[in-house]
Amino acid sequence: MSAGGRENAKLGVCLKGARASLALNNPVLTASGTFGYGLEFSPYGDLRKLGGIVVKGLSLEPREGNPMPRIAETPCGLLNSVGLQNCGAEIFLRDKLPLLPVEVLPVIVNLYAAATDEFAVLAGLFSGEHGIAALEVNISCPNVREGGLLFGQDPRMAAEVTAAVRARCPDKPLIVKLTPNVTDIAVIAKACVEAGADILSCINTLSGMAVDLNTRSPLLATVTGGLSGPAIKPVALRSVWQASRAVSVPVIGVGGIGSAEDVLEFILAGAGAVQVGTASFSRPDAVFRIVEDLPAVMEKYGVDDLEAFRGSLLTWQTD
Amino acid sequence: MTMCGASPAQTDTGLVPSDGALVRLKVLDIAELGRGGPDLFVLRLSPPGWETPLPGRFLMLRAAATGREYLCARPFSICRINDEALVVFFQVRGKATRDFAALKPGDPVDVWGPLGNSLPVDSCRPVLALAGGMGIAPFVNYVDQHPAPGNISLEFGHRLPLECYPLRYIEGKCRIRTHHEKNDGDRAVFSALVEERIREFALSGIILACGPGAFLRLVRELALKYRAEAWLSLETRMACGIGACLGCAVKALLPAEAFAAPAQVLAAPPSRGDREHFVQTCLCGPNFRADRVLL
Ligand SMILES: Cc1cc2nc3c(=O)[nH]c(=O)nc-3n(C[C@H](O)[C@H](O)[C@H](O)COP(=O)(O)OP(=O)(O)OC[C@H]3O[C@@H](n4cnc5c(N)ncnc54)[C@H](O)[C@@H]3O)c2cc1C
Ligand SMILES: Cc1cc2nc3c(=O)[nH]c(=O)nc-3n(C[C@H](O)[C@H](O)[C@H](O)COP(=O)(O)O)c2cc1C
Ligand code: FES
Repeated sequence: MSAGGRENAKLGVCLKGARASLALNNPVLTASGTFGYGLEFSPYGDLRKLGGIVVKGLSLEPREGNPMPRIAETPCGLLNSVGLQNCGAEIFLRDKLPLLPVEVLPVIVNLYAAATDEFAVLAGLFSGEHGIAALEVNISCPNVREGGLLFGQDPRMAAEVTAAVRARCPDKPLIVKLTPNVTDIAVIAKACVEAGADILSCINTLSGMAVDLNTRSPLLATVTGGLSGPAIKPVALRSVWQASRAVSVPVIGVGGIGSAEDVLEFILAGAGAVQVGTASFSRPDAVFRIVEDLPAVMEKYGVDDLEAFRGSLLTWQTD
Repeated sequence: MTMCGASPAQTDTGLVPSDGALVRLKVLDIAELGRGGPDLFVLRLSPPGWETPLPGRFLMLRAAATGREYLCARPFSICRINDEALVVFFQVRGKATRDFAALKPGDPVDVWGPLGNSLPVDSCRPVLALAGGMGIAPFVNYVDQHPAPGNISLEFGHRLPLECYPLRYIEGKCRIRTHHEKNDGDRAVFSALVEERIREFALSGIILACGPGAFLRLVRELALKYRAEAWLSLETRMACGIGACLGCAVKALLPAEAFAAPAQVLAAPPSRGDREHFVQTCLCGPNFRADRVLL
């Protein structure tokens, strides 16, 4: 991938995994499920300026998703229960991927499945596929065969999925996306890395709920949903900090990022790159503005090398 | 010589390529309609410089100042647009609209649009526009943009006093009949009239409806009963307005040919064919043909 000028070179990051690496022109990616398939946002900015995009979660078969209502605003946050509505991997590859500028824009697919073997088949579809820069595995989904516990809530299941995807798609960097709905995220992080994850991303949404006193009903048809947005930023920051100290592979920070300052905060806490999610709903140009603002904000805080800045968080001196 | 013509075929598929843009506008002025209580406002913004958007399309609006209580912008119909101003007519419902009501001249707002598909315009066919309450908003622009507004008959059911609604913009341009609903009896009378009018227009007219959910369901049922061509303008809750969040899904049937052009691929639902699927109201609507949407 061409660096394209001095400014970009300064912003460039390389996420070096144990087996494969992901080089990005800048550390700002979009978060899955918040940026459609990318094209929806092309009227609002130049996609080629982004570090990369992670597309909406894909499953083997098309999925209708959950009944309405699926979204509700909460203080500084958004609850959603979209239910992974998506066109399926096949239609994505046939109809949508060819429309993206893959030569200059890393496109990462986000995978969703209900069983380990299904994850493996899905991953196989992307092996050797030109134009796919990496896979991101969403393990915040229920393992239907094992009682519905989330894959990402159990170190054994998380490792199994990671290994299965790794085996079927060995040619792409493998990102595993962790759920914050666990007791100790470091345990899951280690299990995934041992099973072959090149990069981790954290976090997915936090489980939450909202009700309406007037109607005495839940605001979402599914009652509970996933919380995202500024409200979860402290949880995301903490998770990135813990995960990045537990493993030696790069960690991508996700959760409540809405400004270039937020990007630097995550990198300071240990992230190698970030993803912008719900902020893109607040304004469709949010992620483009963050990329644009980043050089000036780096200068303001005296950061000239993101790699060196990464994880440079100081500790309080105690007597 | 007058020509008969319909607006682009997009209304037939219900899909448009996204041509929206984000602009920062200034509040020109804001006026409360009616006196004390109902909280209905006409907000005039500096012109966004869009090509005149086809009627029925909408925009997303947020106040630009930070520290707002709400996260997402809110969708509003384009009530009027010309070289002088972009006009939004809104009612205070909750957090964001309460905030908008407090805007002052000169305040910056961020707007993206025009979004969604438009309502069909055909200068030669009679149009029956059915509006319930706030549902009047898109019809102001519709009448403004129509080449032969004399062909439009508007039936307007409302609960608040008439001066609360922006009717003055279109008075005298088309045929308007108003129906003040003060109680359930009035509502039944209005419903009966809606049925009679739909039957009248079913053969050769176009029927358009915008209003509360129950009103749209009634129009839909009657349109199916009389096999009329009717378009319903939905007000589904939205977060992004551009097809990304999937929070505005509605079950709709879109024909396979609707997805032929590359620009339309992004709106493709999970699968196509003769069965209803969840599609985004913001991309495939907000205007749906009555026989192609489930409410
Ligand atoms: C295409 C389109 C065009 C619209 N045009 C107009 C217009 O011209 N003028 C106008 O006043 N409004 C219009 N609306 C509706 C408007 O977007 C909502 O009234 C507004 O978002 C309310 O925001 P709020 O923050 O004030 O209310 P909130 O605090 O978000 O909600 C207040 C209450 O209303 C409920 N609610 C909010 N939105 C909806 C909804 N869409 N459907 C059902 N219940 C809801 C909430 O659950 C809550 O109980 C339009 C909507 C759409 C989709
Ligand atoms: C509407 C919506 C849909 C989402 N869909 C997915 C998805 O398909 N796959 C996934 O891994 N994460 C999904 N997420 C989670 C986001 O990618 C992200 O991890 C989370 O929203 C936190 O980041 P944010 O606060 O910046 O939004 C979704 C989030 C939202 C709000
Ligand atoms: S409002 Fe987000 S998809 Fe329609």
